[in-house]
Amino acid sequence: MENRIILDSLHKSFGELQAVNNVSMTVEVGEILGFIGPNGSGKSTTMKMATGYLKADSGTSTICGVNMEINPKEAKKLIGYLPEGAPAYGEMTTIGFLNFIADIRGYYGKKRAIQIDKAVERARIKHVLHQQIDTLSKGYKRRVGLSQAIMHEPKILILDEPTDGLDPNQKHHVRELITEISKTTAIIVSTHILEEVDAVCSSVLLINKGNVVLNGSSSELRSKVESNNSIMIKIDPKHSEDLKRLLLTIPSISKIDVLNETESNVNINVYPKENRVILTEVAKIIADHKFPVKDIYQNHIALDEAFRKLTV
Amino acid sequence: MLGNIYIILKRETKGYFSTPLAYIFISIFCGLTAAFTFYLGAFLERGQADLFPFFESHPWLLVLLVPSISMRLWAEERKTGSIELLMTLPITTFEAVIGKYLAAWVMIAIALALTFPMWITVNILGNPDNGVVMSSYLGSWLLAGQFLAIGSALSAMTKNQVIAFVISTAACFLFVMSGVEAVTGAIEGLVPNYVISIFSSMSSLDHFYEFVKGVIDLRSLLFYFTSIIFWLLLNIIIINIKKAA
Repeated sequence: MENRIILDSLHKSFGELQAVNNVSMTVEVGEILGFIGPNGSGKSTTMKMATGYLKADSGTSTICGVNMEINPKEAKKLIGYLPEGAPAYGEMTTIGFLNFIADIRGYYGKKRAIQIDKAVERARIKHVLHQQIDTLSKGYKRRVGLSQAIMHEPKILILDEPTDGLDPNQKHHVRELITEISKTTAIIVSTHILEEVDAVCSSVLLINKGNVVLNGSSSELRSKVESNNSIMIKIDPKHSEDLKRLLLTIPSISKIDVLNETESNVNINVYPKENRVILTEVAKIIADHKFPVKDIYQNHIALDEAFRKLTV
Repeated sequence: MLGNIYIILKRETKGYFSTPLAYIFISIFCGLTAAFTFYLGAFLERGQADLFPFFESHPWLLVLLVPSISMRLWAEERKTGSIELLMTLPITTFEAVIGKYLAAWVMIAIALALTFPMWITVNILGNPDNGVVMSSYLGSWLLAGQFLAIGSALSAMTKNQVIAFVISTAACFLFVMSGVEAVTGAIEGLVPNYVISIFSSMSSLDHFYEFVKGVIDLRSLLFYFTSIIFWLLLNIIIINIKKAA
C-alpha cells in the first residue's frame, strides 16, 4: 500500500468565486507539508476536499491509493483530520467525546482503552477528561480535536491551523507532537504563522486566491525575494563613494543602494545576483582597504516578507 | 452499517439527556397533554372511560413541539461546524441521518411513555378499551415520526435553527390541515377534484384519527412509513447536495 496522499488538480468554485484553482500536492510518510496562504486563499477549502467533506468540481484526492470520491468510507478510515476551529460536540465531556470517536473508529475492549489512553497522553488532556468540552479554553479545545484526529494513528494527518489560539508553550508542544508523529505519518498542516514552517515543515506550498504560487522548500520561498542575502553596511558618508566603486568590481553583485544618509552615517545595501552569498567578497574589500565600517550584516529574509511579496 | 447507526444514536441520546433539553421537552409534553385533556377536552365531565380528549390534542402539540426537537438536528451541526467532523469520519450520510433521526424518535417515544399516569387514571375510573389506547399511542408516535422526518430534512437546509423551526412548523401544519374541510373547501373549484382527493389523502390528521378509533389500517401505516422514508431520503439528498455546492 502506498503511504502517501496525492491531491491531483483540485478545482472548486462557489458561484462566481474560484476558490481553489488547480491545486496539486503529494505528501509522503515522513514529510510535513506546510500549507500557507493569506486568509481566504483556499487552504481550508482544499483540505475539505482532501478529506471528503466537500466534493471537488474536478480533480481527485487519493489517500494511500484509495480514491476519496469512489470509496469515501475506506479513505476516511486512513485519515485523521482536525477541521478549522476544532469543532466537537460541546455538550459532551472530553472522555465521552473520545469514547464516541473510538466507537466510530471501530475499537473495542482492551485496544479501545489503549488507543484512547495514548491519544490523551499525546495531546496532554488528562486533567480535562471529565470536563464538558464547551467549558474548555481555546487551547484545550484544540488539543481535544487533535487527540481525536490522531487516535487511530492514521497514515495521513491533515491539520487545519492546529496552533491557532494556543499560547507559546502549547504551540511548542503541538509542534513537538507533530514532529514526533511525522516519522510514521504524512502530514499536511495549514497555518498562517510562518515561524511554524521553519520550525516543523519539510516543504511548503503557498497558495494565493486559489492558485499555487510556490511549491518547494522554505529557502526557495525566501529566494523569491530580491533582498535575500543582501549585505547592509553602515559607514561614514565621506568613504561611501570609494566603497561603492570598489564593491561594484565584484562580479556577483547586481546593484547597490544608498539609504538613510545623515551627517555621520550612511547605509549601503549591496544586492547579490540570484541570492548568492557575497559576504566573503564584500568583507575582503573592506579589510584590504581598511574601511572604517560601523556595522555590517547579511539580510536573511523573514518568511513574512517573502509571503507578503508573493501574495499582495 | 447498523453498528455505526447505533453509535450515532447512542451519542445523540446521551446528548439529549446530558443537557436540560430532554427533561424540558418531556415535562412540557406531559404537562400540556394533561392540561389539554382536563381543561379543553373535559375529560372528567364527559363521563366516558376513554382517552379521546388526551389524544385529540396530540397533533396540535406535536406540530409545535416536534420541530423544536428537529430544528437542531442538522442546523446546529452546521452552526458549530461539528458536521465537518461527523462527515469526515468513516460513516455514510445515510448512517448519520438515520442515527440522528432514531435518537430523536426514541426520545419522543419516552415522552409518550411517560404520559402513562393518564392511562392508569382512566383504568381506575372505568373500563376503557386498552387496545384502542395502544393503537392511539402508536398513531401518535407515527405522527411524531413523520413530523420529525420533515423537520430533520428542513433542518439540513440551514444553519439557522429559528428558520428551521419556523419552516418545519409550517410544513407540519400544512400536513395536518390538508384534511380539514375548511382548507379543502377553499381550493375546491380552483383545481380538479382528483387533486383535492390526493391532497386530503395526504392528511396526517385523517390517518391519525384511524389509529385513535382503534383501527390499525395498512394504508395508514403505509402512509406514515412512506412519508418518513421520503423525507429522510430528501434529508440525505440535501446533505449530499450541500457537500457538492
